[in-house]
Amino acid sequence: MTVDTTLADLSDALFSVTVGLYSLAVIAYCAQLAFGRRPAVRRELVGAGAPVGPPADDVPVTEPRSVRRYGMAAMALTALGALTHLGVLLFRGLATDRLPWGNMYEFATGVVLVAVVAFAVLAVRRPALRHLGVFVLGPVVLAMVAIGLFLYAEAGPLVAALRSSWLAVHVSTAILGFGIFFVSGIASVMYLLRLRHDARVAAGTAAPGGLLDRLPAPAAIDRVAHRTAVFGFPIWTFAVIAGAIWAESAWGRFWGWDPKETWAFIAWVVYAAYLHARSTAGWRGGPAAWVNVVGLGVMVFNLLYVNMVSTGLHSYAGVN
Amino acid sequence: MTVTAPPREAPAPPPPARPSAGRRAWSLWLRWWRRLTAMRTAIILLFLLALAAIPGSLLPQRSLSQTNVARYFADHPTLAPVLDRFYLFDVFSSPWFAAVYLLLFVSLVGCVLPRAAEHARALRTPPPAAPRNLLRLPDSARLDTPLDGPAALDTVDEELRVRRYRVVRREGPAGRELSAEKGYAKEAGNLLFHLSLVALLVALAGGKLWGYEGSVLVTEGRGFCNAFQQYDTYSAGPLVEGGDLSQLCIDLDDFRAEYETDLTAASFRADIRFGGPGEEGRRETIGVNDPLRVDGDRVYVTGHGYAPRFTITTPTGQTFEDLSAPFLPTDQATMGSEGALKLPDLGADAESQLAIRGFFAPTGVVQNGILTSVDPRPLEPRVAIQAFQGYLGLDTGRPQSVYAIDQEQIDRGALSQVGSANLAVGETLTLPDGTAVTFTGYTQFAALQLSHDPGQVWVLGAAIAVLVGLLGMLLLRRERVFARVGPGTDGGGTVLTVGSLTRGGGEGGERFTALTDDLRAALAARVPARPTPPAGGAPSDPEVPTP
Ligand code: HEM
Repeated sequence: MTVDTTLADLSDALFSVTVGLYSLAVIAYCAQLAFGRRPAVRRELVGAGAPVGPPADDVPVTEPRSVRRYGMAAMALTALGALTHLGVLLFRGLATDRLPWGNMYEFATGVVLVAVVAFAVLAVRRPALRHLGVFVLGPVVLAMVAIGLFLYAEAGPLVAALRSSWLAVHVSTAILGFGIFFVSGIASVMYLLRLRHDARVAAGTAAPGGLLDRLPAPAAIDRVAHRTAVFGFPIWTFAVIAGAIWAESAWGRFWGWDPKETWAFIAWVVYAAYLHARSTAGWRGGPAAWVNVVGLGVMVFNLLYVNMVSTGLHSYAGVN
Repeated sequence: MTVTAPPREAPAPPPPARPSAGRRAWSLWLRWWRRLTAMRTAIILLFLLALAAIPGSLLPQRSLSQTNVARYFADHPTLAPVLDRFYLFDVFSSPWFAAVYLLLFVSLVGCVLPRAAEHARALRTPPPAAPRNLLRLPDSARLDTPLDGPAALDTVDEELRVRRYRVVRREGPAGRELSAEKGYAKEAGNLLFHLSLVALLVALAGGKLWGYEGSVLVTEGRGFCNAFQQYDTYSAGPLVEGGDLSQLCIDLDDFRAEYETDLTAASFRADIRFGGPGEEGRRETIGVNDPLRVDGDRVYVTGHGYAPRFTITTPTGQTFEDLSAPFLPTDQATMGSEGALKLPDLGADAESQLAIRGFFAPTGVVQNGILTSVDPRPLEPRVAIQAFQGYLGLDTGRPQSVYAIDQEQIDRGALSQVGSANLAVGETLTLPDGTAVTFTGYTQFAALQLSHDPGQVWVLGAAIAVLVGLLGMLLLRRERVFARVGPGTDGGGTVLTVGSLTRGGGEGGERFTALTDDLRAALAARVPARPTPPAGGAPSDPEVPTP
């Protein structure tokens, strides 16, 4: 089997285009945030005597037109970037005539794509969440640059161990789960920042009206974090089970505490703890969000450290 | 009636009520038990389990690689023994790791069993009475209808039954009311999830107790039978006895490794025959991702390599053909391999034994006298060998590796190097005493592993049940709807208050709105169909309040 270099080069070019589009999207999201109205003002207008209703989750829809336009442009750039991003993987797959997740570069690129799509879907359904755009697309751009610089691997054939239909099952779901946890983790970070900021404003040590005030209300961000984690957890569970089934035929045992297996288990336990913490008195809110952030940390550690520093059976370690 | 406690100042009587030691122990036990089975404890134990697994991935583990552990000991001679005392090289079989998961296990059982009992009871008891103020519920609405109370409740009843709610009607202190509930499957999913976790742990433990695994290097044309003596290395659960091993023999007929043009390994295939001892055996081809599965045993190809072949002619003219030993690959990319061939019986006596230590290159290039391998395929096989003569020390009782000559024998002068050469196929090295060593080619070998784990299908079943339970728990919702009727504000008709309570699966707001819209429509549809009944008519009420 030979690699079609034209398609492989096209894939690499699209990678740069994607980074460019996402960077523009970040700028547009920034503009939307910076010129947007301040919901804090609105809250003061409502006043304390307002009837107890559902919490005011959403930033007012009555944004000035120009600001709405920044938001729309940001969404459009995000969508366009996601398309070229998809192209990166598509053309790599076509160039090598296999699923485009045979090494760390392709895996990580896939994870980031899932994160972007997950965020875009959320932001289309709830426009208020677009205000989180900078904080999602910012890390996305950083991640893409790091992937391009440090994880890049030439398009090539799969090693023998990866030639199995379980690649489609196990790795696809791992990518899905990871990408969704990525969005969830960022939401929890924003929730924690927002909580701290609100506490400072309440204590009078910080002035209201900062960028953080323009984010959706803490409860809304926390709900995004929880919903996405609830969505990602069964997928992750499935990915781990599928991995074990694959390991049984590839490595001779379904579980052997290989470093990657160990950290997948640790991540699973941390996310289980997060879901529990959300419904346990004394852990709700901040502490639970911290658990979610730790979960994302574990996922990233599992990708980077376990592949690049320790040695194990996972053949993704192929960083050229 | 209870008796009031005596005033504090009263002289303390001898404390007959003081609980006995047994009773105190019991209450202490109860307290600890409650603490252990609390959800908060479960979270902490979960975290501990995650923490406990971390050293297992950062430090080398004996279960994964004895060599890496040995290297760690060599690199950190003072630290390693200390770590070893805390089982840090055997984390996953250490007492403290077991302690954490056993506690979690007990905690899980302790909390899930009572919940299962409670759920069973809940399935048989009707939904609870409506709360006093329905308008305080997260979702609630007030509907006015000209219908009378029972008819209005009939409508609600019907609407809810269509939506598969369990409905019960009662005569409450604040008026006729209705309670409905659905989504029992959510709780069932929760229980399934947690019970399956327990089942998974049990199956895992069972597999460890009754399972075994053996590895052996087999050169083409040879074979092995499933017996512990025949394995190079094996590990077996404590309840496995030698006689329990299945009667299975494997012969390796042929091994093939294929590579892509960029030398990525494409496939490893081993043609084997398998069957009972002495049988001709059935043919099968196994490879990576494609083991042999037979009667609960599995046979895998876990690696491969080359065994260079030599012909040796002694000074007396005796010729020994096809002498070979597997050389272990030191570089998987080019399959450069190292090994040793020990020939204790070739010489005249125990002091003139012969051994060959060497490096094998499937495609060898010699530069400045140094042989290196440049391709994993056997295109140009070469060996670099060193021949030793003397006493090999095989019968000293000290274990030695079959892949290397004991360096200690060389160091103490018992063995000395008598020649070395780079050989292509057909070339010969002649030693000072006249012994001729000819490199005649190679055979391939496969590293085969036989595994037996009776627990693994159960683990798979439990894992699937975990997933199903998880989906049920996360995706389903448990909803309660309550309704109550009261007299209309303007004297005629009825005021119907409806409220709902949802657990899980997001907000119930939209569904509640849909429900009240449908209710409104259904109430309106009923009005013209029925002339207003005479005031005071006692309508029938089919359901009786429950105890
Ligand atoms: C004493 C031990 C445990 C208790 C008492 C317990 C109890 C519960 C309860 C009550 C829920 C429902 C949460 C809710 O009402 O929303 C739940 C959900 C859950 N449990 Fe456990 N559990 C225990 C152990 C575990 C363990 C060991 C794991 C996994 C390693 C686990 C994973 C989960 C997950 C993922 C959920 C879903 C979270 C949610 O729906 O909020 N649990 N558990």
